[in-house]
Amino acid sequence: MPDVSFLQGLWFVLICVLWLGYFVLEGFDFGVGMLLRVAGKTDAERRAVIHSIGPVWDGNEVWLITAGGATFAAFPIWYATLFSGFYLALFLILGALILRGVAFEFWGKRDDPAWRRRWEWALIGGSALPALLWGVAWADIVHGVPIGPDGEYTGTLLDLLGPYALLGGLTTLAVFLAHGALFLALRTKGVVEQRARAVAVRSAPVAAVLAVAFLAWTLVNQADRGGVEVVSAVLAAGAVVALVAAAGLSRERVGRAFAATSAGIILLFVSLFADLFPAAMVSSTDPAFSIPLAEASSGDYTLTVMTIVAVILVPVVLAYQAWTYWVFRARIGAEDFGDVRTPVDLLERKFGEGSRENGRGKATEAEPTGAPGP
Amino acid sequence: MDSLELARWQFAITTIFHFLFVPVTIGLAAFTAYFQTRWHRSGDEKWLRATKFWGKLLLISFALGVVTGIVQEFQFGMNWSNYSRFVGDIFGAPLAMEALAAFFVESTFLGLWIFGWGRLPRKVHLATIWLVAGSTALSAYFILAANSWMQHPVGFEIQDGKAVLTSIWAVLTNNTAIYAFVHTILGALITAATLIIAVSAYHLLRKNETEIFSSCMRTAIPVLAVASLATATVGHFNGVLMTEQQPMKMAAAEAIFETQRGAGLSLFAVGDFEHNPEGLKRNIEIPGLTSFIAHLDFNAEVKGINDLNQQYRQVYGPGEYAPIVAVQYWTWRAMIGAGFAMIAIGFYGWWLLRKRKLETSRRFLKLALFVPALPVIANAAGWIFTEMGRQPWVVFGILRTSDAASPAVSTAEVAITLIGFTLLYGVLALIAGRLFVQKARQGPDPERGVPPAEGEPDLSLAY
Repeated sequence: MPDVSFLQGLWFVLICVLWLGYFVLEGFDFGVGMLLRVAGKTDAERRAVIHSIGPVWDGNEVWLITAGGATFAAFPIWYATLFSGFYLALFLILGALILRGVAFEFWGKRDDPAWRRRWEWALIGGSALPALLWGVAWADIVHGVPIGPDGEYTGTLLDLLGPYALLGGLTTLAVFLAHGALFLALRTKGVVEQRARAVAVRSAPVAAVLAVAFLAWTLVNQADRGGVEVVSAVLAAGAVVALVAAAGLSRERVGRAFAATSAGIILLFVSLFADLFPAAMVSSTDPAFSIPLAEASSGDYTLTVMTIVAVILVPVVLAYQAWTYWVFRARIGAEDFGDVRTPVDLLERKFGEGSRENGRGKATEAEPTGAPGP
Repeated sequence: MDSLELARWQFAITTIFHFLFVPVTIGLAAFTAYFQTRWHRSGDEKWLRATKFWGKLLLISFALGVVTGIVQEFQFGMNWSNYSRFVGDIFGAPLAMEALAAFFVESTFLGLWIFGWGRLPRKVHLATIWLVAGSTALSAYFILAANSWMQHPVGFEIQDGKAVLTSIWAVLTNNTAIYAFVHTILGALITAATLIIAVSAYHLLRKNETEIFSSCMRTAIPVLAVASLATATVGHFNGVLMTEQQPMKMAAAEAIFETQRGAGLSLFAVGDFEHNPEGLKRNIEIPGLTSFIAHLDFNAEVKGINDLNQQYRQVYGPGEYAPIVAVQYWTWRAMIGAGFAMIAIGFYGWWLLRKRKLETSRRFLKLALFVPALPVIANAAGWIFTEMGRQPWVVFGILRTSDAASPAVSTAEVAITLIGFTLLYGVLALIAGRLFVQKARQGPDPERGVPPAEGEPDLSLAY
C-alpha cells in the first residue's frame, strides 16, 4: 500500500480517538440504557437510572457525529464507500439512535404507565441495537467486505452479518453492558446501585470471554492474511488483561473495574485500528481492491486547516465535558425522585422523616465518578 | 422511480422535517436565554416561570432536531457517495467544524442547563443557556457555509476530477453564506416569536397567567415586526445576489421565459405543469417591477429561461438547465407571501401594543393562534425554492445531481430507508406535535411560593 503521509496518519489517529471517545462514553450510555428495566423496577428507580446519564448522553453522542464529520473531511473516499456500503446497517443504527434520543425526552412527559413503558423499550432497544451493530460494523471494516475494483461495496446487508462480525457485535454488546452496569453502580445508590453491581458481576466475565474469542479470531484472520501484526496482537492482549481484570474487580472495586472496562474498550478498538492501518477499507473480494488511507484522503491544505481547528478545539471540548462529569458527580437514588402525586406526598417529602436524610443531603459524600476521557 | 429520484425525495423529506425543529430551537433558545436574563436581573418570579415554560418546549424541539440531524450528516455518505467523493475535500470541513465548535457546546451545555438548575451558581447557569443559544446559531453558520458552497462554489479548483479546497477563508466568508445566515437566523427568531405569540394568545384568551403571557407577548411582538421586516430586506439583497450568481433560479422564480427589458412582476400565472413549459398561458403582472427589484431600474434587462438555457448549453453541453418552473414560481410566492403576512401581523400587533389594546383585542388574539403556520410555510418553501432552483446541479456549474448518487446502493435499498424514515418521522411528528401542544396548553408550572434556594437541585425541566 502507498505510504501514509504525516497529516494522513495524524488524521487517522484523530478519527480513531473520536471513535474511542464515542465508545468509552456512549458505551456506558448504551449499557445504562439496556439496564433501564433491570436496574429500575419503580418509576422513581427508573428515573434515577435515566438521570445517571441524563446530563451527558447527548454530549457523548456528539463524539459519533464528530467522527462522521471528521471522516468526511479528512478521508472522503473512506466516508463515501463505508457509508454507502454499510447502508442498511447504518439505517438500523440511525433508527435506533433516533428512538433512543427522543425516549429520554419523552419518557417523563406524561403520567401514563403505557406511555412510559413504550419509551422504556425504545430506550432499551435503541441502546442495545447500536451496541451490537457498531461491533459488527467495525469487525467487518477490519476483516474486509466485498469491494469491487471501482471502490464500491458489492455485497448486501447479509454479507455484513458473518459469524466473525456477529461475534464482534456480541462482544461490544457484552462489554458495553458491563461498562454501563459499572457506571450505574458508581453513579447511583441504594437498590439501583445493588442491582447494577449484580449485573456487572455477571456480565463482566461474559464480556471478557467474548472479547478473548473475538480477538483470538482477529489474530487468526491476520495470520491467514499473511502474518500476525505485532502491535495489534500486543494491544489485543492488553484488552484481554483489562477485561479479565474488570471481571475480577467488579465484585469489590467498582471504580477500578470501570477504569478497567474503559481501558479494555480503548485497547480492543486500538487493536482493531492497528489491524486496519494503513487501509481505510479492506476488500474481501481481492486485496488489490482495498482502499488505502493514502488514496482516500483530502488534500494537504484541507488536512492542515482541520488540524489547526482540532488542535484548538479538542482540548476545550475535553475540558468542559470533564467539568460536566464533575458537576454531576453526586450519586443518585430513587429516594431523590419519590413519586409526588398528591399534595400529601409533597408535604410528606418536605417534612416527613427519613426521606430527606437518605436524599439530597448525602450528595457531598459521594465519590467522584472518575470522569472517563479517552 | 429510480434510486436517484428516491434519494432526492429522501433528502427533501428528511431535511424539511429536520428544519421544522431547527428554527424553533435556534429562536426559542435565544428567547429562553433572554427570559432567564430578565429573571436574573430583576428577580421577578414571572420571568423564572416563563423561562421554564418556554424551556420545556425548547427541549422537545431540541430533541427532535438532534436526532434528525444525525441522519442529515450520514445521508451524504449513504445516498450521495459520489457527491461525497467529489466535494469531500471542501464540504466535509465545515461539517466537522460544526460538530467540534457547535454541536459539542450545545449538547453539553444544554445538559448542564437542564440538570444544573439549583446546582450551578446562577450566573454560571445563565451562561449555559446563552452558550446553547450561541452555539445553535453558530452551527447554522457552518452548515449554511457548506450549502452556500453548493449554490456558489468558491475557494477551490478542480484537480483529477475532484474539487479541491484552496481557501477555507473564501468558503467561510462566501457572500452567499453571509446573506443566507442572516436570513436564516432572522427567520428562526420569527419562527419562535410566532410560537410565543400564539401560545401566549391562547392563554390570554382564557385569562390564564395573564401577567406572564402578556410579558412574553410584549417581548415577541416587536421581535416579529422588526425581524420579519429585516428578513424581507435581507431577502431582497439575497435575491439580487442570486440573480447575479444563479440567474436561472431567479428567471424560474418569476417565470420569465424570454429575456426582456422592463420585466413585470407576475402576481398570478398559469402554465402547463411540466418541467419547463416554454411559456405561460395566463399572467397577471405589475409592469417593470421585476427589473426594478433586481436592478433598481424599471427598464433593466432580465434574463429569460430560454436564453439562459441556450447560454448554458454552449458552456456545459446539451441538456435542460431550467429547474421545474412551476415549483420555483409558487414556492417563491409562498415564501414571500407568508413573509409579508408576518410583517403585517407583526406591525398590527405592535400598534395594538402601543395603544395598550394588545391583551384585550380578541380579534388579534384569535388571529395570533394561526400565525405559526406562516413561518413553517416560509421556511419549507424557502428551502424547496433554493434547493430545487439549483437543479440540475448539486454543485452549481460543476457537479450534476444525476452524477452525485451512490452507485453501491440499489433502488430497493433507497426505497426501504425512504419508507422507514418517512414512517418513523411521521409517527414522531404526531407524538411530538401532540406533546408540544399539550405542554403549551398546560401553561407554566404552578408558583412555588418560595424562591428556590441555591444549592438545591431543581429538576423541573429534567427527564
